[in-house]
Parts: sequence; structure tokens; C-alpha cells
Amino acid sequence: MEQHIHPEPKAFIWKYVFSIDHKVIAKQFLWTGLMFLALGGTLAMMIRWQWAYPKTAVPVVGALFLSHTGGAITPPTYTSIFTMHGLIMIFWAITPILIGAFGNFCIPLMIGARDMAFPKLNMYSYWMFFASSVLVILSFTSQLGAASAGWTTYPPLSTNVGAPGWGQTYMALAIFATGVSTIMGGINYIVTVIRYRAPGMTWFRLPLTIWGMWLTAILNVLFVPVLGSAALLLSLDRLAGTHFFVAGAAVGIQGGDPMLFQHLFWIFGHPEVYILILPVWGIVGDILSFFSRKPAFWYKGSVFAMIAVTVLSAVVYGHHMYQTGMAPLLGLGFEMLTLAISVPAVVLFVNWLNTIWKGSLRLEVPMLFALGMVFVFGAGGLTGLLLGTISTDIYLHDTMYVVGHFHLTMAAASFLGSFSALYFWFPKMYGKQMDQNLGKVHFWGSVVFITLVFGGQLVAGYSGQHRRLFEPYQYTYIRHLAPLNRWTSFAAFALGATQLIFVVNFIKSILMGKKAEQNPWHVSTLEWTHCASPPIYHNFDIVPTVVRGAHEYADPAVKKKFGRDYLDQVEPGLSAVDEDSSAGMPEPEAIGAE
Amino acid sequence: MSATVAEHGEHHGPAEWSKDAHYGRASAGKIAMWIFLLSDGFSFGGLLLAYGILRAGAKAWPPDASLHEPHLGINFTAGLTFLLICSSVTMVLAHDAAVHGDRKKIIRYLALTVLGGVGFLCGQMQEYFGLFHGEGLIKEGLVFGGSAYANTFFVITSFHGLHVLTGTIYLFITLIAAIRGKYDNGNHDGIEIAGLFWHFVDLVWILVFTFIYLL
Repeated sequence: MEQHIHPEPKAFIWKYVFSIDHKVIAKQFLWTGLMFLALGGTLAMMIRWQWAYPKTAVPVVGALFLSHTGGAITPPTYTSIFTMHGLIMIFWAITPILIGAFGNFCIPLMIGARDMAFPKLNMYSYWMFFASSVLVILSFTSQLGAASAGWTTYPPLSTNVGAPGWGQTYMALAIFATGVSTIMGGINYIVTVIRYRAPGMTWFRLPLTIWGMWLTAILNVLFVPVLGSAALLLSLDRLAGTHFFVAGAAVGIQGGDPMLFQHLFWIFGHPEVYILILPVWGIVGDILSFFSRKPAFWYKGSVFAMIAVTVLSAVVYGHHMYQTGMAPLLGLGFEMLTLAISVPAVVLFVNWLNTIWKGSLRLEVPMLFALGMVFVFGAGGLTGLLLGTISTDIYLHDTMYVVGHFHLTMAAASFLGSFSALYFWFPKMYGKQMDQNLGKVHFWGSVVFITLVFGGQLVAGYSGQHRRLFEPYQYTYIRHLAPLNRWTSFAAFALGATQLIFVVNFIKSILMGKKAEQNPWHVSTLEWTHCASPPIYHNFDIVPTVVRGAHEYADPAVKKKFGRDYLDQVEPGLSAVDEDSSAGMPEPEAIGAE
Repeated sequence: MSATVAEHGEHHGPAEWSKDAHYGRASAGKIAMWIFLLSDGFSFGGLLLAYGILRAGAKAWPPDASLHEPHLGINFTAGLTFLLICSSVTMVLAHDAAVHGDRKKIIRYLALTVLGGVGFLCGQMQEYFGLFHGEGLIKEGLVFGGSAYANTFFVITSFHGLHVLTGTIYLFITLIAAIRGKYDNGNHDGIEIAGLFWHFVDLVWILVFTFIYLL
């Protein structure tokens, strides 16, 4: 479907603030997300400080925000800190960076569209997200403290009984608002990919990044409303005197059911972890191929594996509730479905390894981050088997092992995947090249320390340390873990310090980085081969006609004819005869004629 | 439009696009509405699930007989349900008129559909507050915040009522566009999309009516 070319707005407010250009909206999401990443990271450092040096004054941050206690963290502040850390990282850091920024930036550019299907809806989506961010900040200013029921917001802790005051209410409303924003974005992504692919950009010529973003958008659109209904009911409980989630002596027999919230939450919550990892799988699948100079191994297998995970993710939520007294047979069903997810996950994993196998690896920064993601995701995935199995989960449930596991898969993998994407698309976003040496230091610091931090948590949890304890060492059976926790904290502080290198690199590169060429990585997708760096307002003057998939590397015949090792998605390539015999890709006219 | 586009003239829009079977023929707006309705269906799903779990967990329904909460009257609401179904029929007729580009009929049937929506909303006001006659459910003792029975009833029916209100306003705007002649040339996509939303609201009501009133 043709998209018309509209003139570029000139006024500052329409160009940079209320812009409908997907590239500007992507940057808005990126910046907001990075700010929240810094905030969530600071909160993480505070948690680690508490576990390294309990009840002592936190350096720097303590003097700024905790002056009323002389800088030390009190138990109520501590519960707020870990709650806000979790919620902020998931909904206001990873989601906007991965989906908001790179989804917005990559989808139109990589499929050959001039913008999203609904540019204004896209703008509303960002500003709705911005409103939810304001609610998050408001939560910190609440007199009785920020939200404190844990990121899962379980009642009765999250009701007025467990967490009085506006802090928790603001967060319930913020979750609702960011959910609305996500749904608006999701509808836009799905329609854009269905309807606005360039001619010839068939489903199986899409880069894997687009597949990841598209499947994520589907999960978002379907399951965020369920979270929305839970947030709505919780807000009513807190504001309107209902008791959907309050039971027992507080209300009597006409009351509600706290377990209801867990169902609603995890019906959304399990797809959510795939919402955060599917884009990373796509991005990493592409980047491994690009920087190994090889076709992505078994591209269709990766696509079908991602589709299988998308479907399975909807039917496994019960594994978060093994310990709630569910019927054993039901638990067994959830266990089998959960472990079944490892099959498509391993297909993806083997495809990645086969992609880099005997490749001509270019260890540039995006590739390093992608390889790091493969490593932490592998480690995190293996540790998940013990949690998906009921018999071992009985022991590990609610320990630091769970924390270590989901941080390796959700946090570390998404984090490294996001930075892979950021280093990769930065030249296209800003038209500048990032400093590769600083980038490499940032990578090695990140991957080493992130493994140590979450590895340390796995070990502590396996030794029996429960999660969320304010002062773990008051229990004699955990006391011997104090040195382990302290060393884990040191690794966390080093991880935090490493991120400062990125901040310097990012800002320096935007302000005075070397000008980037159109295709600095010599890759084959449309945004690099057919758009300037940065792209013009409407991306493509002429929408290109695509003739092949995104991973055409390492063909010796191409090397002989063109003097380079790849074909972009548009150029005619070798003569028609060679094309038919070697690649078997039908010309677009052939498809059209059907 | 930039100079490059002007140079290439007619080539900036690919001509063979529509022949490609991969893209289908549905407009972006129609696909978006379908996806939104799926999404919206899941929000109703979440609320109905809450209702189901609370009701399944209660020993009796309403859970506490000592509160003397009124039982929901089926006859009046069955009338409202019939009204909503009728408005779906007029919606279909409006779409059919749009396919034939018959402005007079489009306006007539869209107006009837809007009337159906307004009628349903008035009926709901009557049911809640006794706006026109007698006492509403609230005065009879069904109070929001009183019991799980009252809570689920008000949240689900008012969430649906909000959809009817949105749909009625949406159809009213479509009606004005029709009066101005937007759909004269057989351009019926807008009416079809509005119709999708309206039929969805109707379908959801049939489920809500079944679960909350009949069962």
C-alpha cells in the first residue's frame, strides 16, 4: 500500500516534541528508556549496597536522597527500592529501549516503508508512555514512600492493607497507562508489517529483527490488556473501596481473592518475558549473520521457532504459581508445556551457533554484544530448567536462584541485546560513528561483571538465601554467604561503573563523533543500502522492490562479480540464469502473476 | 516532495504492488480495528475471568445473604439485549447501503443504530439509578464496594457501557461524515470499520448478559 510523502515540519515543537516521524519517536523512547535504565540501575546499586554493608550509609546516593536516616536504608525504603527497581527496569527501561526505540526505528526502515501505518497513533503512544513515566516519578514523591509490594504487585501487600499511601496507587495507574501505550504501539507495528512491506518483501524475506518485533507486538496486544484489567481492579480496590483482591477478616465472606491477581498477572507476566526477549532473538539472529558474513543458518527454522515460542508462551503461566497449592495434575501439565519451550529455544540457539560456525567473524562492538547475549542467554536458559521442574522448584522457589535466573535471561540478555542494537544502529540514527575502542571496553566490562553478578545470585540462592531479605545475615544459615554477597556486590558496582563509559561514548559520539558512511558495516538490509545516515524524513524517495532475503553473504560468484561478499535485498545480482540456479528466489513479477 | 521524487515522477509509487498476493486487500484501518478488537476482547476476558474465579470461590452467589442484595432482573435487560441486536441489524443495513452508495439509506440506518445505542445507555441508567421509573439497583441495595457480587457486576457492565458510549459517539461522527457525503461513491471502508466495533460491542454484551444475568 502506498504511503504518501508529506512535507517535513519546520517548527521545533512539531519536529522534535510532538513529532509523528517514527525515527524521532524512536529517539524519544530511547532517551526516556536510557534515563530510566540509569535510575533503575542506581536502585540496583542501592540493593547491592544493602547486602554488602547492611544498614550502613550509602555513599553519594544516600546523602542525596536518604538524608533523614543519615544515608542508611531502612526496611520500608528497602522494599520500595527493590519494587521500583523491578518495575522500572521492565516497563520503563527495557520495553521502551527494545520495543519503543528499535521497534519504531527498524520496522519502517527494514521493510521499506515511509513511516508507520498510523504515525499519529505512534505519537500518542509515546506521550501516553511519557504520562506513565510521570506517574512513576510521582510515586517516589509520595509521603508514605514509593510502591513497595514487589514488582509483581501481589495483593494483599499491594492493597491499602499492605501498602497504604499514594506510592503504590501511582504505580498501579502507571502500569495501566503504560499498558495503553504498549497496545497502541503494538497495533501500529502489526499493521505496518502486514500492510506496508515494500513490494517483493515477502514474509520470508523479512529480517529476523522484524519477525521478533512483530511477534512481540502480537503478544503485547493480546496479553497487556489482561494486565490492564488487573491494574484497573487493583486501582479500584485502592481508590474506590472495592475488594477484588482483599479477603479474610478485613472484608468477610463477601470479599475477593488475592490469588485472582496472581492469575491475571501471570497470564500476562509469562508472555511478558518473551515480549522482552523475542526482539533480542531477532536482532541477535541478524547481527550474528551480518558479522559472521554468512547467511543466517536455517532462517525459516528460526522464524518457526520464534512463532512456536510465541504460541507456547501463552499457555505456561502456571509455572509461576507452582507453590500456590494448585492441583498436582495441573502443575504437571504446566511443567510439560514449560519444558517444551526448550525445544524451539534450542533450535534458535543451535541456529545461532551454526551461523557463526566457520564464519569470517568481524568482532566489532555490535557483534561482541550479540555473542555476549548468546552466552548469558544460554546460561540463563539452562538454569531455568530447574525452575520449570516442580520437584526442584519446591526447593528453589523464592530464593536468589530465581533472581539470578531471570536476570540472566531477561535482564542480561535483553541488556546486551539492546546494546548490540544500539551500537549497530547508532550510525543510522545519528549519522555519527561511535568510538569502537570505548565500546569494546564497555562490552568486556559489561559481560564479565554481569555474569559475575547474576552468577553470584544463582550460587547464593542455591545455598538457600531467600530473595528480597532486608538483612539476610540475621539468619544463621545464611550468615556464611556474607562474603559471597559482598563480592557479588563489588561486581555489581563495577558493572554500574562500566556503564559510565557508555554514557561518555554515547554523548561524545552524538556531539562530535566521526561522520558515518551510509553503510559502515557493509550489510545487506534496506536501511543501510537504501537510506542515508541518518535517513531523510520520508526514508525512501523511491520505495525499492525487494528481490531476496536479508542474509545473502559469502557467495563466491558474487565476490567474483562485484568484489564484495554480499548482495543487498534489491540489486539484480548475478544474471537471471545464475540467480535461478543458485538462490532459487523467484522474481517479484512471478509472485505477482499468481 | 523532494527533487529526487519529482525527477522519477510516477515511479515513486510501485505499480505492481497490488498484484502481490502476500499483501491481501484489507485496508490498514480495517486490520487495525480487528487487532484492536482482539486486544479489547482480552481485556473483557480478564474481567470475566475475575468474575468467574470470584464466583467459583464463593459458597453462594450473591456471597452474603445478610446484605439483602437485589437479584438482577432478566426481563428488562433482555429487552435491552434485543435492542442492541436490532442496532446491529441496522448497522449491517447501513453498510449494505454504503456498498451501493445510497446516501439516504446510509443516513437512515446509521441514525437508527445511534438511536439503538442511546436507548441501551438510557436503559442502563434506568437499571443503575432508576432514572425514569421506580428505584434502580443502587437504591435497592446493590452498592459498588458492597460485595464481590456488586463489584463484578458494576465493573463489567459499566466497562461495557463505556464501550457502548464510545461506539455511539463514533457512529454519530460517522453519521455526520455520511451526511456530508463521504460515503457516496461506494467508499464503505469507514462504515465497515465502525460496524466492526459496533458488532463487537454487541457480541460482548451477549456474553456479559449470559454470564452475569442468566447464569
